[in-house]
Amino acid sequence: MFQIAPRSPVYDVVVIGSGAGGGTVTKVLADLGINVALVEAGPMLDPQKDFKEHMWPYQVPHRGIGEGGAGYFGPSPWAFGYFTATSGGWQLPGEPYTVAPGNKFEWFRSRVIGGRTNHFGRIALRFADYDFTPYSRDGLGTDWPIGYDDLAPYYDKAESFIGVTGSKEGIRSAPDGIFQPCPPPRVHELLVQRAAKRLNIPCIPSRLAVITKPTNGRPPCHYCAQCGRGCLTASNYSSSQVQIFPAMKTGRVKLFTNAMARELLTDGAGRVTAVAYVDKATRTEKQIRCRTVVLACGACESARLLLNSKSGGNPNGLANGSGQVGRNLTDSVGYSLGAHIPALDGLPRHNADGMGGMHLYIPWWLWDAKNKDFPRGYHVEISGGFHMPGIGSFHTDCREHEGYGKDLKDTIYKHFGASVSFAGRGEQIPNERTFCEIDPDVVDQYGIPVLRFHFQWTDDELKQAQHMHETFQALLETMGGTVMRPKPNFLAGEGISMGGEIIHELGTIRMGNDPATSALNRYCQAHEVKNLFVADAAPFVSNPDKNPTLTIVAMAWRTAEYLAEEMRKGNV
Amino acid sequence: MSETSRRELLQAIALSVTAGQLSLEAAQHVHGIAAQEKAAGVYKPKALTPHEYKTLEKLADVIIPADDTSPGAAAAGACEFIDLLASQNPQLLAIYTGGIAWLDHSSQRLYSKDFVSAAPPQQTTLLDLIAYRKNESPALGPGIRFFEWARRMVVDAYYTSPAGIKAIGYLGNTAVAKFEVPQEAIDYALRRSPA
Repeated sequence: MFQIAPRSPVYDVVVIGSGAGGGTVTKVLADLGINVALVEAGPMLDPQKDFKEHMWPYQVPHRGIGEGGAGYFGPSPWAFGYFTATSGGWQLPGEPYTVAPGNKFEWFRSRVIGGRTNHFGRIALRFADYDFTPYSRDGLGTDWPIGYDDLAPYYDKAESFIGVTGSKEGIRSAPDGIFQPCPPPRVHELLVQRAAKRLNIPCIPSRLAVITKPTNGRPPCHYCAQCGRGCLTASNYSSSQVQIFPAMKTGRVKLFTNAMARELLTDGAGRVTAVAYVDKATRTEKQIRCRTVVLACGACESARLLLNSKSGGNPNGLANGSGQVGRNLTDSVGYSLGAHIPALDGLPRHNADGMGGMHLYIPWWLWDAKNKDFPRGYHVEISGGFHMPGIGSFHTDCREHEGYGKDLKDTIYKHFGASVSFAGRGEQIPNERTFCEIDPDVVDQYGIPVLRFHFQWTDDELKQAQHMHETFQALLETMGGTVMRPKPNFLAGEGISMGGEIIHELGTIRMGNDPATSALNRYCQAHEVKNLFVADAAPFVSNPDKNPTLTIVAMAWRTAEYLAEEMRKGNV
Repeated sequence: MSETSRRELLQAIALSVTAGQLSLEAAQHVHGIAAQEKAAGVYKPKALTPHEYKTLEKLADVIIPADDTSPGAAAAGACEFIDLLASQNPQLLAIYTGGIAWLDHSSQRLYSKDFVSAAPPQQTTLLDLIAYRKNESPALGPGIRFFEWARRMVVDAYYTSPAGIKAIGYLGNTAVAKFEVPQEAIDYALRRSPA
């Protein structure tokens, strides 16, 4: 039995999850004068203590490999290395998920204020106009209930507020936005740009959520390349530093940390009345009463919460009359390939750190091509240059040069910064065999039923990854590099990333105009539960070749404004 | 760089970035402190015996020797790194005690001396056998495996040390008000590039 303490306050809005979606909703609503309870499954973030920006490897006795050389014997104890701001990982102690036999999927979760935005790659790309009408274009997938023009004003707001670098290019696959200047290309990036030009491939200034001008009291980037470690000057976008901390200063945000949402409780009229959560510190169940609730736990976690909310007599979970909750799961298609570029051997030394990520990237360029053997497309991320040396930086030289002594030392010096690699990020089309559901046999340490994943690529994605390989090989060879890696047998499933690995999972509570085929309306409000909204990537109808974060921010902003207006009108 | 020095650097960054001008002297200053801190104290092996440690020092300096501008791996702290991790992990310790014993046995068999006591050309002869996979054989396998471990960890330790970072010429991990690429570096690469 759930009993609601009579004197528990009723919050206007309870936001569950503090990543890009939850951070945006919290900031927008607090600025509109609305009281928000922000529920986060992890602890508070303290950048001064938690971020390792500017640390040298020798400041830690194990230099980053882990005690006892842990990383030499298996996966690093830290998903993206010791020095990153990553909290969480592919497995969380006591919080399992399962994968159906014959499927492969990995689920990355960050339990901390700011979630995965504390460490993410800061890539901030608008979806293109045609990305909202995939079915109309090629008969695959489903069209969105909104178009580019609905979202454009919110892309403007998002870019203006969080700050995004870029340049006006007029490329249809990569719509221009409100950009801050991008720093100049590094040497290896200039070589990539020249090679790309020879191959008729565009290569343009990066669109990163990094500020290069003072913005809303945040100082500009100081070009240390360590965005992934978390930025102590908040010169890149994280929802924690850019949205939640400022929102807390309004006095209208009540934070609930280490609070693992268990279930949404409803009344007889099908409205959410409270969020039941497990207080991790005491392992007791508590409730927060709400007028409205916004899910922003990350697509799969939000779906899990709905599927586990059965108290109102919904055996399939809340807001799930369509049966679509948990379906339509996708991740980005990932593939990468690199090579040693002899032209860069012995490059005169200079500080090439720059922003934490590439200064140039390759947007999709074949959106109108008719002669390719796969639908949709991908963009290309570039890496290379002089990086702070770390454990493993020269293992390739050790393996390939072998030997020892002056020869080895000279080779390492010559090859430092002389490799370039490309990573493709492409569109997966939702398919029937890729979804998540509640595992009927397993609960986590809080007694909450866990997700079971099903994930299958189709030939569409496998052929796309093969095309990535061919593109990268052409670029590397044009630059004078020799690709050492044998071409994977893509159609046999080799080479392509594992589902979940790119951490762009989305689509599990999709929006649409028809309640029979979608869970949310065009404002990400549940068709069946008027005071329930979703503000992460779960509402996305497709997963275009653009990293989702900027669109999560824009969509969440739009949803928050709609919610505020509906509250003002008394509709919710 | 100690935690205090790092904090000073970060404060300098925050202040100077806000003020619109960056005190690079401040940054360089704390980087200098880091180098001085490293020099203090003599390391006492925690896992390896004195003989094993001495052998490891010899190996480290053979793998990454000193030259005119930079020290060798032993002086840069590579053996401390390996010994410390081995003291935390029996599996890693066994790789080093076993590998060093293999080296000594082999040296005894060939030269009737353990590895560190053998003459430098004798040491080189032995290492040339185990430094390359092409010499793979049942007799040399354990030595080749061990040398791969030692080479990888010595290289890791060296290039993550202040001396190694200087030797490789990494000039970042600092704060700059404007990101610029020297024309000399651009010209160098473009001149050498086929595309």
